[in-house]
Amino acid sequence: MLEIRNLHAAIGGNEILKGINLTVRKGEIHAIMGPNGSGKSTLAKVLAGHPQYEVTAGEVIYEGKNLLELSPDERAREGVFMAFQYPIEVPGVSNAQFLRLAYNEKRKHLGEEELDPLEFKDLLKERAKVVDMDASFMTRSVNEGFSGGEKKRNEILQMAVLEPKLAVLDETDSGLDIDALRVVAGGVNQLLTPDNAIIVVTHYQRLLNYIVPDYVHVLAGGRIAREGGKELALELESKGYDWITNPNVAGSANLNAAS
Amino acid sequence: MVTEIARTENGYQAAFRAVRESSPTVPWLELVRGSAMERFEQLGFPAVHNEEWKYTNLASLAKQEFVPATRPAGVVIDAERFVFPETATAHLVVVNGFFSEELSVTTGLENVVAIDLLSAVADARYNKVARSYLARNAGYHNNGLAALNTAFLQSGLFLWIPRNVKVETPIQVTFLTDAGRSDSAAFPRLLVVAEENSSATLIENYVSTHDWQYFTNAVTEIVIKDGARLEHYRLQRESSKAFHTSITSAELGRNGSYDTTSINVGGRLSRHDIAVVLDHEGAECWVDGLYLAGSDQHTDTHSVIDHQQPHCNSHQLYKGILDGNARAVFNGKIFVREGAQKTDAMQTNKNLLLSPQARVDTKPQLEIYADDVKCAHGAAVGQIDQEELFYLQARGINPELGRSLLTYGFAEEVIEKIKIDSIRAQLDEVVLRQLNTQLE
Repeated sequence: MLEIRNLHAAIGGNEILKGINLTVRKGEIHAIMGPNGSGKSTLAKVLAGHPQYEVTAGEVIYEGKNLLELSPDERAREGVFMAFQYPIEVPGVSNAQFLRLAYNEKRKHLGEEELDPLEFKDLLKERAKVVDMDASFMTRSVNEGFSGGEKKRNEILQMAVLEPKLAVLDETDSGLDIDALRVVAGGVNQLLTPDNAIIVVTHYQRLLNYIVPDYVHVLAGGRIAREGGKELALELESKGYDWITNPNVAGSANLNAAS
Repeated sequence: MVTEIARTENGYQAAFRAVRESSPTVPWLELVRGSAMERFEQLGFPAVHNEEWKYTNLASLAKQEFVPATRPAGVVIDAERFVFPETATAHLVVVNGFFSEELSVTTGLENVVAIDLLSAVADARYNKVARSYLARNAGYHNNGLAALNTAFLQSGLFLWIPRNVKVETPIQVTFLTDAGRSDSAAFPRLLVVAEENSSATLIENYVSTHDWQYFTNAVTEIVIKDGARLEHYRLQRESSKAFHTSITSAELGRNGSYDTTSINVGGRLSRHDIAVVLDHEGAECWVDGLYLAGSDQHTDTHSVIDHQQPHCNSHQLYKGILDGNARAVFNGKIFVREGAQKTDAMQTNKNLLLSPQARVDTKPQLEIYADDVKCAHGAAVGQIDQEELFYLQARGINPELGRSLLTYGFAEEVIEKIKIDSIRAQLDEVVLRQLNTQLE
């Protein structure tokens, strides 16, 4: 589904990603971990097409297409979804309005019929159950006045409505208490099918207790420093990132293809 | 330039003589009109060397020969289409400055006096009230536009809400221009007196039947007595070729409440001066607005909120959306006079520029002469936020639609406070239509 080859990316002339290689197949969950500044959020934003990041080398093939040639909205309509670390507030536009607009843009793109507000209301009601969201959130402005946890739930609600093929969750666990984390992770798990894939970007292992990855990739200095199964995340939790990033510790840094 | 202005004033002068003959009135008003005309001859149209007119040049208005409209006779006008459903039984129509009883519906206004202002001044039942407040707050001695309007006072509307009367139906006044020629000038005048403990909702709606050039020079004076409340919506949707200048002056009694929202959409050149005087304790006002301008439109709002007494609150939020070569001016003064302790005044002006050529000059000003007050003000000029746009794009919304959506959201902060559903819905449409036409 997704193949990242030797991806280099920079922001303001500063190279952040220095040659990422990653293959994601249908039905898989991949975790991208790493210390602050390792480039994991940059990778998420580059995949979503954030205009501030410049791809300086490499390629990203998504469903046989060159992803980097598509605009952010085209990527979204093609089924790429990024859950934002800091969801944006859109005052004056109701959540329901916004979701219907986004949903219909995708339907149009796929040559399907758009849903009218009533039809969409039913769909929304159904999907809202995934993250246990109250109907009152639908008439409120997008993310405006939402708590941190509510914003993250709203991201997963958007994912539930848009049904992406590839979802990238950028630090979805940040700022969540344990109950909110359970709800959000539970929502993501409900949305997982054999036909889609999820990339979970996270600093901490705890989210991975709920969203269990098939593969864990650890970024350091803009490269994948280590790869493994879910047990790698547990190892990181006990040993810390120093274990990988500190060159004085044996078996680190340059072990690029561990698994 | 000087001679051109002089010639125009002569044109108005000739028209003024004709008005005196065709529209005689009581001696009191003859005097007022006469002295207003004299003042206009001295003052003329405001010019850019006047600090208050620095960014709005009326030269193109001053040098054209506009002809004051006369009372329309036997013209069939469809005023119905300007009626908001909520005001179907309380709709007053003023055509080219002249109140039209035939086009108005007053069945929902049993306890309210809504009559021609010229008649009110002459009518023994109302002349005391009318004469006390007419030309009191919108004085013509220092203001050429107020002087010109007053000189041509031949009709207009007097709206009197007696003591303790709570008017449930919103009252709509439609100021309609039906000119049929491109050099017509109208001088609409409205005097609203809300007596003690009364309450009402007023909608002023400035529209035209055709997309002609014309000149509207309006004055609205509002008196809110002790404990009275007025909710006021002012919709300026003149033709895209029109000149629109207007003055709104309000004074508030003790514990009076005035909540006004001005929406400025139309006109090639528009200027609105709004002044609120809080000269009794416990008065409170909300002076909000939205201006929307595209192509070569110029829109100017000058606001003065004058805290003269202690324990008064004022709140102000004005937003502007500018596209094309549009130009906007916002100048908001708040005065807190000596002794006006415990004043709470808040003022915000935010502008969204959608094109690199659009421009706004904003100047919020606070002048405080009391020491125990809470005052804040601020102004912002910005463009569509790229992070917000990216968020929408990341959900599959194309950038054009995303920009419209964010712009619409920007306007909503003002529009959503409007309590009349059909006005809100219509403004939503206006905003979206304006965006679509400019995005296509």
